[in-house]
Amino acid sequence: MRAVALELKHELIGLAGVVERNVYLTRRYIYWDLAFFVWTVANTLTIVFIAKGIEASGGNIDVDRATTTLLIGAVVWAYLGIIFEFLTETVAWERWEGTIEYTFMAPLSRAMHLGGSGVFAVLYGLVRAILLFIVVAAFFGLAFDDANFTAALVILIVASVSFFGIGMMTAVLPLISPEKGAQLGFVAQGMLLVVSGVYYPVEVLPEWMQWLAKISPATYALDGIRAAILDGASLGSLWHDIWPLLVIGAACIPLGLLIFGRGEIYAKRHGKLKRSG
Amino acid sequence: MKAVEVHKLRKEFVRKDGRKRVHVEALRGLTFDMERGECIAVLGQNGSGKSTLVRLLSTLLLPDGGTARVFGYDVVREDKAVRRLVNRVSVEASFFKKMSPAENLHYAARFYGMTLSETSGRIPEILARVGFPPDRRTEPMENLSRGMQQKVALARALLTSPVLLLLDEPTTGLDPRSKLEVQGFIREMRAVHDSTILLCTHDLAEAEALAERVGILDRGRLLALETANELKARFEAETLEEAFFAATGRGFDDEHDELDAEERKVLA
Repeated sequence: MRAVALELKHELIGLAGVVERNVYLTRRYIYWDLAFFVWTVANTLTIVFIAKGIEASGGNIDVDRATTTLLIGAVVWAYLGIIFEFLTETVAWERWEGTIEYTFMAPLSRAMHLGGSGVFAVLYGLVRAILLFIVVAAFFGLAFDDANFTAALVILIVASVSFFGIGMMTAVLPLISPEKGAQLGFVAQGMLLVVSGVYYPVEVLPEWMQWLAKISPATYALDGIRAAILDGASLGSLWHDIWPLLVIGAACIPLGLLIFGRGEIYAKRHGKLKRSG
Repeated sequence: MKAVEVHKLRKEFVRKDGRKRVHVEALRGLTFDMERGECIAVLGQNGSGKSTLVRLLSTLLLPDGGTARVFGYDVVREDKAVRRLVNRVSVEASFFKKMSPAENLHYAARFYGMTLSETSGRIPEILARVGFPPDRRTEPMENLSRGMQQKVALARALLTSPVLLLLDEPTTGLDPRSKLEVQGFIREMRAVHDSTILLCTHDLAEAEALAERVGILDRGRLLALETANELKARFEAETLEEAFFAATGRGFDDEHDELDAEERKVLA
């Protein structure tokens, strides 16, 4: 029992080490992060202006509601991008810096190694997502009198478990293909959001895509966050979005670890677990 | 218990040659063992399989045949137990370049279960022992010379108190002074920490000065593993370089052989 507790303590210290390293790196690259934040704001504005454009061209819409709907889609897109980027970089960045061999030969389980990246990605992503939401909402002068931001935040955090699981599956790609693997993470992000109603209701999708929407955690995240912010829905009333997220999350984490583990075995067998791939 | 037991260890890699897949044998049935506290040096040209051996013992590769044990633990089935006992220093210092030496050491130590209270005192102490100037601990690694970076790499290895230290050309590319400092530190690690050391090197003088036994690895085969004097006597050579030439049929720096060049593409 004591040995198990000691082992768990070592693992958690290791997880904290991954978070610590990412804090150091974020501090060193803080000006680049600011530059990318400006890019994300600009990108979000181009999407959210679409609501204004529809109104200007004679469309009969509730422009504030449409603006908020698009803003939530863009913020979730950016948030998901950060989660996937950090997890994919778990391998890609280490390969680029040349530290990959030292990290993979350390006595830290892969679950905690990836978990550390995931924890930091969620914390960092939440800060970025909240800031992005505030900046763009202020730009458009949006008011959220009835919004339930606590419920929206809870939904995003619950959805993060699934995003983390899927992120682990994409993190394996740079192990298998050192040259192009990291970019394939963006493909997964795009595929996930296109079926999840990121800027439109899922109902407008072809029927086969709607089936895919049912197993995408982003569908429930977007639905729940929109209901919380636009209509002030309570957590209790959002249970129909929360339980699928919990189920998908419970399936995605072990599946992500399994897939990453298989990828690691492949990399060890073929000599790809090194700086030059 | 032996520190290292390697038995008929095999590893091959597949490379594409046009549309063909060519299998290149990196290690061909390697067998040797090491006593606790022993230092052995493995000599070999580029592509001889030295790095492959180091990477197999550090659980970064899976063998295609044979076994390797570190203090009784199998490197495949008991890889986590092996990882606790092993650390390495390679030819590339390999750090996050924007981060400082102290930051790189702090996070790396966490992977071995060391808390902040343990590392905050130990890291300055270890950096001082490897002769790293205190006023440069917070500079980004990219500002440091290669010699300085290699000292931080040694500090990283020492920080985790490895009982088996794998050194893969740790002094290649260093100036003579830095080389001597690193070699002195390797001696200290053995004397103070009773570490078992596997040293892969190009430097014949270094091998002779640091190791009890010297191995000659050629195209994945271990041709000999004896004391330097026994090697010289066996091959009737005056120097280790002559013994290497006699054993392999090639000079130590001869890298122009076509097969070697092909192998290096895969193994380098």
